[in-house]
Amino acid sequence: MNHYTKLLSATAIVAATSASATELEVMHWWTSGGEAAAVKQFADAFNATGNTWVDAAIAGGEAARAVMVSRLTGGDPMGAFQFNHGRQAEELIEAGLLRDITDIAEAEGWLDLVNPSTLLDACTVDGRIYCAPVNIHSWQWLWVSHKAFADAGVAVPGNWAEFVAASDALAAADKIPLAMGQQGWQQSGAFNVMMASLLPSDVFTSVYGDKDTAVAGGADVATVFAAAASAREMAANSTVQNWNDATNLVIQGEAGGQIMGDWAQGEFAVAGSVAGEDYSCLPGLGTNPRLSTGGDAFYFPVLSDDEQAAAQAELAALLLKPATQVSFNLAKGSLPVRGDIDLSAANDCMQKGLALLADGALLPDVNMLVTPDTANQLNTLFVEFFADTSISAEDAQARFVDIIADAD
Amino acid sequence: MSSERPSQLFRNKSAKIAAIPMIVTALFVFVGGTAWTIVYSFTKSGLLPRLRWVGLDQYERLWSTNRWLVSIENLIIYGLCMLVLVFVIGFILAALIDQKIRFENTIRTVILYPYALSFVVTGLVWQWILNPEFGIESIIQAWGWDSFAFDPLYNADIAIFGVLIAGLWQGSGLVMVLMLAGLRGIDQEVWKAARVDGIPAWKTYIFIVIPMMRPVFITTLVLVVTGIVKIYDLIVAQTGGGPGISTEVPAKYVYDMMFQANNLGQGFAASTMMLLTVALVVIPWAILEFGGSKNRG
Repeated sequence: MNHYTKLLSATAIVAATSASATELEVMHWWTSGGEAAAVKQFADAFNATGNTWVDAAIAGGEAARAVMVSRLTGGDPMGAFQFNHGRQAEELIEAGLLRDITDIAEAEGWLDLVNPSTLLDACTVDGRIYCAPVNIHSWQWLWVSHKAFADAGVAVPGNWAEFVAASDALAAADKIPLAMGQQGWQQSGAFNVMMASLLPSDVFTSVYGDKDTAVAGGADVATVFAAAASAREMAANSTVQNWNDATNLVIQGEAGGQIMGDWAQGEFAVAGSVAGEDYSCLPGLGTNPRLSTGGDAFYFPVLSDDEQAAAQAELAALLLKPATQVSFNLAKGSLPVRGDIDLSAANDCMQKGLALLADGALLPDVNMLVTPDTANQLNTLFVEFFADTSISAEDAQARFVDIIADAD
Repeated sequence: MSSERPSQLFRNKSAKIAAIPMIVTALFVFVGGTAWTIVYSFTKSGLLPRLRWVGLDQYERLWSTNRWLVSIENLIIYGLCMLVLVFVIGFILAALIDQKIRFENTIRTVILYPYALSFVVTGLVWQWILNPEFGIESIIQAWGWDSFAFDPLYNADIAIFGVLIAGLWQGSGLVMVLMLAGLRGIDQEVWKAARVDGIPAWKTYIFIVIPMMRPVFITTLVLVVTGIVKIYDLIVAQTGGGPGISTEVPAKYVYDMMFQANNLGQGFAASTMMLLTVALVVIPWAILEFGGSKNRG
């Protein structure tokens, strides 16, 4: 009799797990060491709910996006996928390929929790929510090497103007003043950082938000192009391609500094550098501390299978739970999307970011304001501008105005 | 004549029936796909193809984009240099090997070997060879010639020639093998006759042998030209289009527009222009070639 009940309960357990163990294929492009550790936090949390996370990682954001889009449009949707929120997914939503998760968002109270609220706005189309934001990445950081400045015999700068002033001393000490990877997204990114940091916020929002060509061609933006031209001179000897190779020049003290997003911090951490001792991070180029709030989000394709749809709903809710937010963001080095959790384990630079987040010193990310087409045109403009010193700041600004005029 | 026609059509019935699926596929995939691309190049298609007509807007934007113009210019420079040099090098190599030398098989294999490598491997190999810190420049400087400078991939004015070197290294072997086959097809009697008449060897090559090798030249030309027009992977692997946009090519523009900029319409317009360029070259040539032979026959 006893054996019989044991057997029965064992069968019941097996039956229960097999019923709820839905496999959900999740696609993403988080393949570097820190990123893989971060995504494992999600996978473990999801597996703990009794479902199975089927990992489908594709290296390289551009390659991954092409695969995701062709799977979706080809009628072979995955369970969930990572995307940069913003306008990249706009057309997929319009085509009705993505699931409306407004009900989950309302049940979980995302509207009140998500800080800044612009993150959720970027997921919203016609009042309906289509994605779950999971982290915040900001672009507006200047990373400076203490060793390079010590070797050059000048004080570590506290803002962009001091940094530019020190560039001759750095060059004299055989240092590359500014490390910059020769890829369009890095160069247009650096330009946008200057625009956000050296000018008042309303200029940034009227150029990229309202596509105001009068402002884009105006005197304010002209000063940013002049700053970009001086950055071009400072980066003239920086021949590396990848952003992390450029960051490595800063870590080794061969370059004075680099303009790069907060993901660069992972490289400093891996190299064992200590913030404040070996390197400094200056949000908003030290001039105008303010962060743009881009980041990653998960989207959920429309699926016909009810079990899978239920698993999607569980995953969506899980991604924004406080525990998953803490473990994920500490591993990724990004900021959490909700303001009500404790991140005291974060280091100096992350604390600076958290403080700015709490103060609301924020900007929307360029990718939320412009289409990938416009972003691609900007990348081409700046890759030309930074490689070819015969293009003057005025010519580049004229072409910039044309791109903004054509943007929609 | 007219009574023979039906029997012509129905001869080899089973063979023709068997070929129908292939014909349908070819028509559907090639002609249908081409027509579809051209139609959608007149629309404002973004990430997904959509029939929102914009007339010639995509073409206007294409021809006012600096990157496209630079791409075309690069293709012309690369194409002309490649075409001339690959034929000259390939033919000279073939002529040298044809002198009944020793170890012919070994030398032929060595020269053909690069062709067995993909463009991606070729591009990476030459990226390293031309890198000033690891490649030729550092080796020669280490030998003591400190002022030696050879870094074409880092100089925007000549970067396309750095790509050309890699392309030649990869492609010359194939041209050589084709030419060698052509040379072997020339009757030895021709050589003997030329020698009896006292014609020098170089004149025999230029005025007698090369004209006799016309079919081989045409086959090689088609292979080389199609290779030039579709060049993409070599650029991506070797330079990524840089420095700046100095080594961009049309095929890369098409890919970037379609899959990075989410602008299918612009990509279709660019690929239609590529097709048009090829058609402008191929159609007059085909008429000349096949129209002519019909008259002769």
